[in-house]
Amino acid sequence: MSTELNEPVAHPPSASPPGPSRRTFIVTTTAVGGAAVAGGLVTAQPPPGAEETAAAEAAPTSRVTLTVNRKRHTVTIDNRTSLLDLLREHLGLTGSKKGCDAGACGACTVLADGHRVNSCLTLAVRLEGAEITTIEGLADGDRLHPLQQAFIDEDAFQCGYCTPGQIMSGIGCIQEGHTGSEEEIREWMSGNICRCGCYVKIVRAVERAAGGK
Amino acid sequence: MYPFSFTKVSDTREALQAGRRGGRYVAGGTTLVDLMRETVERPHALVDISALPLREITVTERGGLRIGALARMAETATHPVVRRSYPVISEALQLGASAQLRNMATIGGNIMQRTRCTYFRDVTAACNKREPGSGCAALHGFNRSHAILGTSDHCVATHPSDVAVAFAALEAVVHLLGPDGERGVPIVEFLLRPGDTPQREQALRPGELITAVEIPAHPRPLKSGYLKVRDRQSYEFALASAAIALHLRGGVIREAKVAAGGVGTVPWKLPAVEQRLIGERPSAALWADAAARAADGARPLAHNRFKVELLGRTVERQLRTLGGTR
Repeated sequence: MSTELNEPVAHPPSASPPGPSRRTFIVTTTAVGGAAVAGGLVTAQPPPGAEETAAAEAAPTSRVTLTVNRKRHTVTIDNRTSLLDLLREHLGLTGSKKGCDAGACGACTVLADGHRVNSCLTLAVRLEGAEITTIEGLADGDRLHPLQQAFIDEDAFQCGYCTPGQIMSGIGCIQEGHTGSEEEIREWMSGNICRCGCYVKIVRAVERAAGGK
Repeated sequence: MYPFSFTKVSDTREALQAGRRGGRYVAGGTTLVDLMRETVERPHALVDISALPLREITVTERGGLRIGALARMAETATHPVVRRSYPVISEALQLGASAQLRNMATIGGNIMQRTRCTYFRDVTAACNKREPGSGCAALHGFNRSHAILGTSDHCVATHPSDVAVAFAALEAVVHLLGPDGERGVPIVEFLLRPGDTPQREQALRPGELITAVEIPAHPRPLKSGYLKVRDRQSYEFALASAAIALHLRGGVIREAKVAAGGVGTVPWKLPAVEQRLIGERPSAALWADAAARAADGARPLAHNRFKVELLGRTVERQLRTLGGTR
């Protein structure tokens, strides 16, 4: 049985809607992001206005050396750069996600010196000598971390956007010893929001990985 | 976010020098960085104080507890002495924020945290706290979560901290170090009601640094606990909360320490409730009668009238939990 569509999937150019398409939007914004990185400036939200533009040109930078997933990096960054932006825009580690950028959703959770933290509220300039672990640093070659495997086994995600943060937070939750009951896991995982509502399976995955320790 | 210079200081002398030059101290940064991104906060210089030796939690000679300003929320909540002797502090900390934020945020920063009023956080809205003289959009706006106690015509925003409510109940003292030396200020005087200067939130002098929060010695045994009522079960600010500590001897309440959160512009001490309890024997009738005084002087707004009753019920339930119902 075939499920192929008979209709052409892509519209011919003449049928394109006016204005920017999703594709041109992505290309444009990526180029802007790339330019910002090339200039050594990673700014989340440059405020509008002429005085800010003038100030941004002289935005103070700092040099910081930190270890990310066992690899040392020395970078010169705009003081405003969050750890999350350093990871995503500068080091190319896009596993940590930017959900709210305000410490309210947990999608950016990483381990800093072994503790789970919100990387969006962590200024990278403060991390001299710190050891960071992100979702990319968990697997041992092709062998997934037990909690990564548990998320697959329990089917603990739908869209997957919150998953890296859930897993990093889950590792913290297990290390801290807060997996005594379903209620305890729920309470200690409350800093990670899942808009798909996969909480039941997320709790099971954390429980499974904790039990396997 | 506006640009800023950055310095990390290694001792308090260096910190005070940077503070005197107008630098803004940053500890955990969970409030400050968030508000800087919203351009509500616009410091031109950040002074990272996280390396200062202000992280210890120690029992004082007088039998109180001194919590270093840089102690993290998470480690303070699980500290053996805090858990054993001051459950109200431990519980208030663990019911605040999320596990991630509690690993970052410090005790000094917690009491310095700014209101969660959405108009304060929205730079396009009128807010006397953010922009003195611009008005208060909350006064006749969506003010369901706002304060009913300690308000003024200029500001009705709540103080968001939980542990500051426990500190207020226990009559904690904030230790400060400034260019003119050390001083201690009771937390209920340290955190300022808005009056007609809502932009002034703490009794801090320029360049002063919080070094510790000290809990004075209280008679033993002290039963204490924190109840937090909110829109969702976890990771949410209080609509109403009660921090209560009771000392009973011979079946009679000798000491009662009661404060409320989520309802005041500052952590709200409830002396009328305390006075009603002292010298009495625990009973369901006593709890109800004492709690009926919790919202004395409340001035509800259009959307938060429910807090008047909620506050009384929160205090009553926590009294019952701590003191039994006989």
